[in-house]
Amino acid sequence: MSARPPSFPRRAAFAAALGACLALSAPCASAADITLDELMARLQARPHRHDTFTERFTTKILDRALESSGELFYDAPARLEKRTLTPRPERLLLEHDALMVERHQRIYHATLAEYPQLAPYIDSIRSTLAGDRAALERLFHVTFRSSGEDWSLVLVPIQASTVAEVREIRIDGTLDTVKTVSIERANGDRSLMTLTGIATP
Amino acid sequence: MRGRTLPLLLWLALLAGGALVVARARFTADMSAFLPAHPTAEQRLLVDELRDGMASRLILVAIDGGDAAARARASIELARQLGASPAFVSVANGAGPAPAADKALVFQNRYLLSDQVSASRFTVAGLRRAIGESIESLASATGFLANDLLLPDPTGETLAALEQLIPRNAPRSEGGAWVSRDGSEAVLVARTRAAGSDTDAQERTIGLIRSTFESIRAREAGLHALELRMTGPGAFAVSARATIIQQAVRLSVLSSVLITVLLAVVYRSLGTVLLGLLPVASGALAGTAAVALGFGVVHGITLGFGVTLIGESVDYSIYLLIQARRGSEVRATDAWIRSLWPTVRLGLLTSLCGFASLLPSGFPGLAQLGLYSMAGLVSAALVTRFVLPVLLPEQWVARPVTAIGGRIARVLAALRRYRRLLWLIPLAAGVIVFVRRDRVWNRDLAALSPVSLADQALDGRLRGSLGAPDVRDLIVISAPDAQGALAAAEGVGQRLDALVDAGELAGFETPARYLPSLARQRERRAALPEAAELRARLLEAVAPLPIQAARLEPFVTAAEQARTAPLLDRAALAGTSLGAGLDALLVERAGRAVALMPLSAPSAGPHASSIDTDRVRAALGTAPPGVSVLVIDLKHESDALYANYLTEAIRLSALGLVAILLLLLVALRSVPRTLRVVAPLVMAVLVVIALLVGTGHSLTILHLIGLLLIVAVGSNYALFFDRRHAASDAAERATMLASLFVANLATVLGFGILALSSVPVLAALGTTVAPGALAALIFSALMAKSPEQA
Repeated sequence: MSARPPSFPRRAAFAAALGACLALSAPCASAADITLDELMARLQARPHRHDTFTERFTTKILDRALESSGELFYDAPARLEKRTLTPRPERLLLEHDALMVERHQRIYHATLAEYPQLAPYIDSIRSTLAGDRAALERLFHVTFRSSGEDWSLVLVPIQASTVAEVREIRIDGTLDTVKTVSIERANGDRSLMTLTGIATP
Repeated sequence: MRGRTLPLLLWLALLAGGALVVARARFTADMSAFLPAHPTAEQRLLVDELRDGMASRLILVAIDGGDAAARARASIELARQLGASPAFVSVANGAGPAPAADKALVFQNRYLLSDQVSASRFTVAGLRRAIGESIESLASATGFLANDLLLPDPTGETLAALEQLIPRNAPRSEGGAWVSRDGSEAVLVARTRAAGSDTDAQERTIGLIRSTFESIRAREAGLHALELRMTGPGAFAVSARATIIQQAVRLSVLSSVLITVLLAVVYRSLGTVLLGLLPVASGALAGTAAVALGFGVVHGITLGFGVTLIGESVDYSIYLLIQARRGSEVRATDAWIRSLWPTVRLGLLTSLCGFASLLPSGFPGLAQLGLYSMAGLVSAALVTRFVLPVLLPEQWVARPVTAIGGRIARVLAALRRYRRLLWLIPLAAGVIVFVRRDRVWNRDLAALSPVSLADQALDGRLRGSLGAPDVRDLIVISAPDAQGALAAAEGVGQRLDALVDAGELAGFETPARYLPSLARQRERRAALPEAAELRARLLEAVAPLPIQAARLEPFVTAAEQARTAPLLDRAALAGTSLGAGLDALLVERAGRAVALMPLSAPSAGPHASSIDTDRVRAALGTAPPGVSVLVIDLKHESDALYANYLTEAIRLSALGLVAILLLLLVALRSVPRTLRVVAPLVMAVLVVIALLVGTGHSLTILHLIGLLLIVAVGSNYALFFDRRHAASDAAERATMLASLFVANLATVLGFGILALSSVPVLAALGTTVAPGALAALIFSALMAKSPEQA
């Protein structure tokens, strides 16, 4: 009874894990480096986040980069709030699919479904913070690298219509913190958001 | 026999004619019964607005049940399907970004549409500020998406013009569709192409919404728990019509059954019972046909009122079928016609005097009731007098009811012992009415509304959630042409902006937001500098900004094109939501253009939920020549209108009362007899008023009709008691008492059932007439000279 062979589903899971290791050889190679699943588990373990951010936006039509700053809040699983304080206040709140933007004392409501062009910018960061690997892999080709506690995710959209908008999103971090989110748009515009965590009780 | 068949043939011919008229009649249940027949110019605007205006075309739709995601999904699908139907001008639920057609139109005409366009915006300083802001907003969370607009439109006119179109107090969205304040319902606003007063078209439209919703619910998974509810003037008119017709039918069936049972018990003959109902049916048919002929359209309330007349018109046949005893003539009916018909006839004339007083009313609903009653009562009495005797067998004699009559006589005799205390009743009633004298009449038009309180509450809640156009307060601008109206609306809009800034208004709608006047468009076009000049200014303006002036060449080109591009007119907006918005607010009719500017009250703060129309009027100043600007508080106006009707109806009824007095004086040729006939009626009316007012009711115009009915019914009682002293023997007196008792019971039954109706106007009639008729009978009996005295 005790020497029962592994059942078929278990075997399949084993094969899949092996396949994943082969595909992402780096994380499997060194035991000290964090794996993608480990990263996801760590990120999942922090359901609330509060960071300050500074963002540099570079576009070829402007001579120099634009800077903005503010605070970023995240509550698992699906609430993301970006409060821009400078140069002009703006509040963007996303809960599940519902989007709310407040600026110039006016409030706008919409859904992500109505503005599919916004989805890659939001889903990349939100799914990462949620530690939701499946959601990331649904939208992006995910390349994961890690070196010790540092890691980076390079996300390339799968959908052709999104590729026409966003070339690549790169998220870097250490352990369970996200440090930078860098976005390169198809038209050459780039933005780099740097996050600094604020200790949450 | 020839002399007897003529009335029969005439009657049948009239019945057939009446049936034909009724079959072709139009029935309605909208506000039209409450609107003046001959309005002043200002009332005309009010009436047009209430009947056919934007407000009348709104249907508010709520989807509840299920979960938020399911509601939103159903809302989006419903709006999509209905939006494609020609029955709707628009169906809005906040879903979706501005349609591509809107965006293209706005982008193409941004320098004509944006309120920000002015000469100062294109100075060096103005350009620097505007372009600086556009660049800053590129750095915002969503601003970078608009960076294809920066080069052709660096001053941000496209976004400004699109933003202007979003109502300031737009509802909250959840899952991509508008929701009510507490989020428990998804809400949509449909604007129908059909006018609100076109109840048939509204019924079809509402049916379309319902069937579309049901097919969505049935087809899509997970939506089965959803429910649909609709409010708005059209929806209310449709459901009110259905309710009134349904209740009129149900209540009339119920009271017919009860009265039939009563008559069967008294007559003990099915044939006699059926004959007794003939005058009632003829009366109802004649009344409806007379209204259809006289007014072109029969209001639901009139139809409901038809029920009430069963209780009265049945009296005539009761008198005949109980009182007819053989005298010297061969036929009992001939004896009745000789001895008692004159009394019934006088009673009928008395009733006619009362109802005729309603005919000149400027309130079409009231005039309809007056005509209906007169035609109905005359027909019922004439059928009793001329048709029933022909249909009754030659040897027919009323079944003796002297036993009942004798018992009633004994009860009355016992009561008469307390006659001296009778004056206490009007005294007590008088005191109650005096104490409550400020609250006797209800001058609020809503008291007549056939819409249930629950539906009214739902409507209020939906309008609140939609931030919306409940169109209670609005400014109506009337000008010789559309351009005049738009220009005036722009002038008014500027002054209203000041009130919005001061917190006295939450906002307002204006047609000029969708289509600026040609003058304003020319002004804006003229604000754009020539290409060379613009280039020079740009060079200086963007010097401190992180952008090269040369990059903005698309802007220079666009501005140069805009300087000579054609101006926007109504046709240019066709097929966009701007066109739909304009159509709702700018109406051209009868050679004039009317611009509507609904005002919305602040939901919080010192001016919460009320607009001081006098302050608005004062702020507007004087209108340009040829243009009239009216600030209308629709509720106030319609209440004032109704209060006028009520006052008028009270005055007309008083005149009717004087006419009744004169008629009785002439007919009875005696002041004391006239007073003895009138006194019990006045007392019954007083007691009923005291009863209603004492139990916290306020009287509406329908209660007044009820009081008239008390006089109409009661006059028969009083006249019979008056003539009782002429009765030859105790048996005849007992028969008469029995007939009055049965007639009274029929009336109380008929109206008592009406009191159960959920339609306020029908219930008002029931609660007034049922106790009033009883009181009239008792007072007539007690105040009449005793037979012994005669």
